[in-house]
Amino acid sequence: MNARALELKSVSKSFGNTAIIRGVDLAIPKGERHAVIGPNGAGKSTLFNLISGRYPLSGGEILLNGESITGLKPFEINRKGLSRSFQITNIFQRMSVFENIRCAVLWTLGYKYSFWHRLGGLKDANLRAEEVMESIGLKGRRDTPAGVLSYAEQRALEIGITIAGGAEVILLDEPTAGMSRTETADAVELIRKVSQGKTLIMVEHDMGVVFDLADRISVLVYGEVIASDRPENIRGNKAVQEAYLGTEAH
Amino acid sequence: MEFFVISLLNGVSYGLLLFMLSSGLTLIFSMMGVLNFAHAAFYMVGAYAAYAIGFKIGFFPALFVAPLVVGAIGALVERYGLRTVHKYGHVAELLFTFGLAYLIEEIVKVIWGLTAVPYRVPEVLDGPLFTVYSTAFPKMRGFMMLVALLMLLAVYLLLKRTRIGLVIQAALTHPQMAEALGHNVPRVFMLVFGGGTALAGLAGVIGGVAFVTEPSMAAALGPIIFVVAVVGGMGSLAGAFLASLLIGIIQTFAIGLDWSLGGFLGAVGIAVTAQTPLYSLWKLQLSQVAPVLPYLLLVLMLIFRPKGLLGTRAD
Amino acid sequence: MAAAPSRLRYRPLNLARWLIWGLTVLAMAVLPQIFTQGFAITLMSQMGVAIIFALSYNMLLGQGGMLSFGHAVYSGLGAYIAVHTLNLASSGQIWIPVSLMPLIGGLAGAFFGVVFGYVTTKRSGTTFAMITLGIGELVATCALMFKEFFGGEGGITTNRVVGQPFLGITFGPGVQVYYLIAFWCLLSMALMYAWSHTPLGRIANAVRDNPERAEFIGYDTQRVRWFTLIISAFFAGIAGGLSMINFEIVTAENVGALRSAYVLIATFIGGIGFFFGPIIGAIVFTFFVVALSGYTNAWQFYLGLFFVLMVMYAPGGIASLIMMQVQLIARKRFRRIAPHYLAAGACGLLLLAALILTVEMTYKISVDSADGTVMNLFGVQFDASAAPPWAVAIGLWVVGGALFNMARKRVARILGEIQTEILQAKT
Repeated sequence: MNARALELKSVSKSFGNTAIIRGVDLAIPKGERHAVIGPNGAGKSTLFNLISGRYPLSGGEILLNGESITGLKPFEINRKGLSRSFQITNIFQRMSVFENIRCAVLWTLGYKYSFWHRLGGLKDANLRAEEVMESIGLKGRRDTPAGVLSYAEQRALEIGITIAGGAEVILLDEPTAGMSRTETADAVELIRKVSQGKTLIMVEHDMGVVFDLADRISVLVYGEVIASDRPENIRGNKAVQEAYLGTEAH
Repeated sequence: MEFFVISLLNGVSYGLLLFMLSSGLTLIFSMMGVLNFAHAAFYMVGAYAAYAIGFKIGFFPALFVAPLVVGAIGALVERYGLRTVHKYGHVAELLFTFGLAYLIEEIVKVIWGLTAVPYRVPEVLDGPLFTVYSTAFPKMRGFMMLVALLMLLAVYLLLKRTRIGLVIQAALTHPQMAEALGHNVPRVFMLVFGGGTALAGLAGVIGGVAFVTEPSMAAALGPIIFVVAVVGGMGSLAGAFLASLLIGIIQTFAIGLDWSLGGFLGAVGIAVTAQTPLYSLWKLQLSQVAPVLPYLLLVLMLIFRPKGLLGTRAD
Repeated sequence: MAAAPSRLRYRPLNLARWLIWGLTVLAMAVLPQIFTQGFAITLMSQMGVAIIFALSYNMLLGQGGMLSFGHAVYSGLGAYIAVHTLNLASSGQIWIPVSLMPLIGGLAGAFFGVVFGYVTTKRSGTTFAMITLGIGELVATCALMFKEFFGGEGGITTNRVVGQPFLGITFGPGVQVYYLIAFWCLLSMALMYAWSHTPLGRIANAVRDNPERAEFIGYDTQRVRWFTLIISAFFAGIAGGLSMINFEIVTAENVGALRSAYVLIATFIGGIGFFFGPIIGAIVFTFFVVALSGYTNAWQFYLGLFFVLMVMYAPGGIASLIMMQVQLIARKRFRRIAPHYLAAGACGLLLLAALILTVEMTYKISVDSADGTVMNLFGVQFDASAAPPWAVAIGLWVVGGALFNMARKRVARILGEIQTEILQAKT
């Protein structure tokens, strides 16, 4: 019925007296790859944190597949089919790569708080974890503790954990931050592969990545969306150019 | 009426003692994120130090010297102990201070034994300050309140009006920035920890004399000041002040009241006798339940208002 | 601190795992036949109970990242419920065999885990620790208030020899109690080990490592911690029930702050990062307490000092120290450092002698001087208030301190060299 995967209506957020997000409206159809860009301090990460339930909203509402998720806790939102990655790598340092991913599939496969299933015998969980591990290219690092992986490997694992649960709406927060050219290229291919058939929303600074992957781009400046359009139109948008050039000339 | 006034005075003086202790704890927690489990142990060291030093130089000089001794010990503990453990994280820091509390208590037992030491009220402070109806309010208690209030004033002025106070406040929320600006943040931490423990030592000098000086005094007061810290809101000095007075007054009043649930029921016409089921619950008097009240308050606070009365620091 | 694997992986060699478990069962079965004296049996029984208690505590601390200062609440309340049940069974009002009393204790522990756990797990980290302290004090204070249930100062006593002997077993003799404890100990160990390989167990690890991330993979971290605590309280209750059977008395000490402190110390000393850590800790701790308390009155001081030093210099516990040596042996480098360990150990002994001398003399002079200040230490008699012993003590401190410092630095240097070599060999 509802073709909109994620919808933001007049979303606003203030910390004390400072308004960070001022009335953002966004409608993202199912299956779209959507990028959110903007100069530093525009509030992109805050927006993500609002959508994923990390921060409470000061105003407005957010709908996931037509259902309101305003005010829900992160795990409740996650269970409704939205998953996110983090800008600063947020993995389970002491567990192996395989364990990290397996943890991410347990809830969706229905194992919940079970203490009567033996982990080694959960065929579906182990199989799915192997699949995800293969798709993110970390099969060779299966038993390595996540904390000793290289930066790029950790970012890949971060994405792996995010998609392992099979969420339909995926939020990626600066997935290629700090990566070299080749690492970025690999990451883009990975993101393209794992977001096939899903709705992807990503915050990115790397314009190459953005124009390569995105179906549509929204530009966030000082907590407001000043443009939301296809990539070629954003390129030529006067307001966008001013925002980027204007804020650079300090 | 007499009971009310005396209990209020006693409750406030006890609450101020609790505040002397919990303020140091809150300061250390705010500044360094470390919950000093050994805080009550430093209180105890202050009492014993004052007792030992006071023998030679008298009570009032000891009042100044003992806290300095305790503060020096605290600074050394921070420099050589806490700093080593800091890199292992908060749990390790808490375990360290916990072990330290245990260790200090055992050291005191080895040096001074298991029984209370005769740490006496000095003659000039012995006797009644004034009399309410027929009960005397001791000078010692009044002195305790005076010291607590002076201490509060001194700490406030130090933090708000001096340069070092400004640095401390900066290092409180932005330690890396303060260090980048050239301030020796590790030394500030050592000062704060030493200062906080010195405050505990000062409380010990007074408390040891007003109450009793024995090895179990730390374990008796320790949990209460943690309750004060949590109820007041971790990291809030004002909250600690409020919670200290609240708990001090509640406990003092409760100890003096013989009310029981059975008594209440009797007052409204329902008789409770030894045959009534759960009789031991009904006949329980408030004075018997008094030691438990702070912990009940803790549990209730945690269920209904987890961040405490004036809490700012979320966990 | 170098990152070490938190579990030994024996995956293709399940044989090794079966071997270890098999040996453990064998050892527990055979030990009382070797050490048959009464005090040895009692010691082993206490160790068995301590193992269950410490393992249950590590479910919270090591596995779940929850530092609790009030764990004795669950074992103690479990013990109280079990002792009342046993007394009811003795008077014939209900029929439950003595061997099932630990289960009663466990169920009681779990019940209180549900009730108290709901409140305590609302918060995490330092605040959680404070709440557990508060609840511990609450229960301990109640224990002295409600005399009908808790028996006041004297506690509740019982008799474990109840009903008809079953296959000749009355649980009168200590060795029979030992085998009962050994059974429950093995069962509990196996169950707790299995738990760490279940979804809840693994997610508890995730919540420990990164609670925020755990939320974002669909888990209510509060629920996870609550459920972990309930299961941990269950096993603590089993330990309490066994303790009740062993000593035939339950007092307010069973729920007290000191007992909570002891299990914390024992578990930490053993090592919270490995499953077998608390087992080692429980054995060492019980030995420390029982054996040392017979030799000196200052044993609690030594325990406290040992604990603080471990927190500062070996926070991974004895288990981590063992694993480090195992790694060195596996890489054939242990022989290189062994002599330096010995040297450091010898110097350490000098320091230890200095410490013992100082502490025992201080104790003698200040506390124990009722029958004079002459004392006997390691067979040598001397007067603690005279100057020569103090001079010896000071000498030992200075010489031992200097030598130990040198030896310690050498060990650290060589360990560093070995580490570098190992890392270089990998790349």
